[in-house]
Amino acid sequence: MAKGDPGGTTRSRRAAPRSRKGTAGDPALVQLLTPDGERIDSATGPDGTEYRVDFTDEEYRGLYRDLVLVRKLDAEATALQRQGELGLWASLLGQEAAQVGSGRALRAQDMAFPTYREHGVLYCRGIDPIMPLGLFRGVDQGGWDPNEFKFNMYTIVIGAQTLHATGYAMGITIDGKTGTDDGEAAIAYFGDGATSQGDVNEAFVWASVFNAPLVFFCQNNQYAISEPLERQTRVPLYQRAAGFGFPGVRVDGNDVLASYAVTRTALDNARLGQGPSLIEAYTYRMGAHTTSDDPTRYRIASEVEAWQAKDPIARVKAFLEKQQIADAGFFAEVDEQARRESVHLRERVLEMPNPEPVTMFDHVYPNGSPLLDEQRAQFSRYMESFEGSAH
Amino acid sequence: MATETLTIGKALNTGLRRALENDSKVIIMGEDVGKLGGVFRITDGLQKDFGDQRVIDTPLAESGIIGTAVGLAIRGYRPVCEIQFDGFVYPAYDQIVSQVAKMHYRSGGKLNIPMVIRIPFGGGIGAVEHHSESPEAYFAHTAGLKVVTCANPQDAYVMIQQAIASDDPIVFLEPKRRYWEKGQVDLDAPLSDAYPLHSARVVRPGTDATVLAYGPMVRTCLDAATAAAEDGRELEVIDLRSLSPLDLRAAYESVKRTGRAVVVHEAPSNIGLGAELAARITEECFYSLESPVLRVTGFDTPYPAARVEEEYLPDLDRVLDAVDRTFGW
Ligand SMILES: Cc1ncc(C[n+]2csc(CCOP(=O)(O)OP(=O)(O)O)c2C)c(N)n1
Ligand SMILES: [Mg+2]
Repeated sequence: MAKGDPGGTTRSRRAAPRSRKGTAGDPALVQLLTPDGERIDSATGPDGTEYRVDFTDEEYRGLYRDLVLVRKLDAEATALQRQGELGLWASLLGQEAAQVGSGRALRAQDMAFPTYREHGVLYCRGIDPIMPLGLFRGVDQGGWDPNEFKFNMYTIVIGAQTLHATGYAMGITIDGKTGTDDGEAAIAYFGDGATSQGDVNEAFVWASVFNAPLVFFCQNNQYAISEPLERQTRVPLYQRAAGFGFPGVRVDGNDVLASYAVTRTALDNARLGQGPSLIEAYTYRMGAHTTSDDPTRYRIASEVEAWQAKDPIARVKAFLEKQQIADAGFFAEVDEQARRESVHLRERVLEMPNPEPVTMFDHVYPNGSPLLDEQRAQFSRYMESFEGSAH
Repeated sequence: MATETLTIGKALNTGLRRALENDSKVIIMGEDVGKLGGVFRITDGLQKDFGDQRVIDTPLAESGIIGTAVGLAIRGYRPVCEIQFDGFVYPAYDQIVSQVAKMHYRSGGKLNIPMVIRIPFGGGIGAVEHHSESPEAYFAHTAGLKVVTCANPQDAYVMIQQAIASDDPIVFLEPKRRYWEKGQVDLDAPLSDAYPLHSARVVRPGTDATVLAYGPMVRTCLDAATAAAEDGRELEVIDLRSLSPLDLRAAYESVKRTGRAVVVHEAPSNIGLGAELAARITEECFYSLESPVLRVTGFDTPYPAARVEEEYLPDLDRVLDAVDRTFGW
């Protein structure tokens, strides 16, 4: 069995002893939908928590639609980068289920803190997928209002957002917004590589000590650029939580149902005042780190192929077909919607205007600064001096 | 004599290789420096040839990279740390400023930290935020650290080896947008005969105005000088190379002849290197100056979105505009 293979049938796995010791690649994980599209009724986490989902057919189809759309829009962004329309793109290919599952588990009042790869979570928050493309096109700094969307700006500096999420969650507690079913919670996204950062470990300490209503959602996609998981850890990442004093669980990150179930539970525990928890979504970065990267330099094709067999979308499709929850007409309609939305996205990216250079002086300070006023005026005069010339 | 045409990137790679060959205590460490050879391939092939004990892919933690390098240095190693991009050095800032910079002083001179911290810096590559910054002033302002930067392949090859051989902790800034620029490199000249690390160099003689630059801006200023010459104005261009300590002997001599000085850097102007240079030149050359020392710099904003970085960064026109202004004073 390949490293990290969740296995075909997980029924015996669910019975695995909780104390089971593992290496970083230990395959024990919460799974509700196998790579073959078999449904598992319930799965038990390492602390005995039972995970299950109870979706209507409509909801199953909705998750499938999300997964396909998110993948298609991502592929469109990659294509736009290849054609020079974006400066860079960090693809989520392979991580759709972890993002759609956790993203759909969020409630309207919950706040998300993404890295630079959470396009799928963003989509599930109901946010226009054009929003982060300004950053990657280089026409803005990704400037949106985190509070308006309940979705913080993308954070490129590895790990920094986990502390922001912790502080936000502390604020929820101070505001008295926990302890009830309709309480608030926050979720912090980060990668396997990020777990090595001081900031992330400090976030673990703070969230624990202040019992913050926060879910740490780590997408372990097996790589930090070229460095494999083994360079960051010798224990399964979810087990780190124990040392900080809160629960950790590893979920099949290619299983949208399980990703949903564990995130829902963790968020609800948080909003009820039971404190933070860590979810390790065990998945794989199917593409390059970003469009600047060349993964053939550091990983072999057979590894990628092994994960291809665990594709997050194919298993949902297999399940829908087997259970006759969806027919060919439905799949065609979803594909058509995905095509339409990606064309629409492309058209709007091409229309994104370049910013006026003088706008770079805007929004440095809420109260402005005389130095900047002077520089802005000088800059404008300087630019005007070229007007009419070929510059 | 083996002279080869190399890019700045390849010259650095070759210099690092020499350093690893010449001193078994030299260790390279950083994110993705091993199999990948670094995101800019500056360490390409080194792990393959020197092994993973000497070319170390570190966990993703900059404070960890610099902090553990301090420990290795205490044990007698000469760590060469790569920070992947300028904007990612700050998690290590505490280790650099409070530990690396002060160990020699605190030990009363008994301990050296012969560390090199390599940082690709500056803009102009169309990158997203945190990938185009010029943090040199933060380091140059810190006693106990030295700061150098190279602007051509020959200097890249020699200076990286000199920095590694030096017992001082050195922040080595690499002009990332110039990594692909080519030039002749003499691979055989012994290091002991090389031009001293902490000295500036006149890279184009001229008589009418003095232009001071370093790193990526040297090329910009040389281009400006070529353009100015077409208009009959001869600019003397000085590549500072060492930002801390500054070597201003050539600058003083030059400004005393030309009476005009323009300082160019990508970093913002406020409390930056340019201010220090202007003050020192003014003090030393006051009676020779025909105009104030002018600065051409990035603006005092965060580094802007890529689509306006061309307007943010000093370019040939802005350098020439400043030169013109020194004549209109
Ligand atoms: C503080 C910091 N150091 C280095 C980088 C450069 N960098 C960008 S992504 C990345 C790897 C991140 O790996 P991981 O946390 O696993 O997330 P993934 O990209 O796999 O989603 C690195 C080293 C950075 N953005 N921030
Ligand atoms: Mg990763």
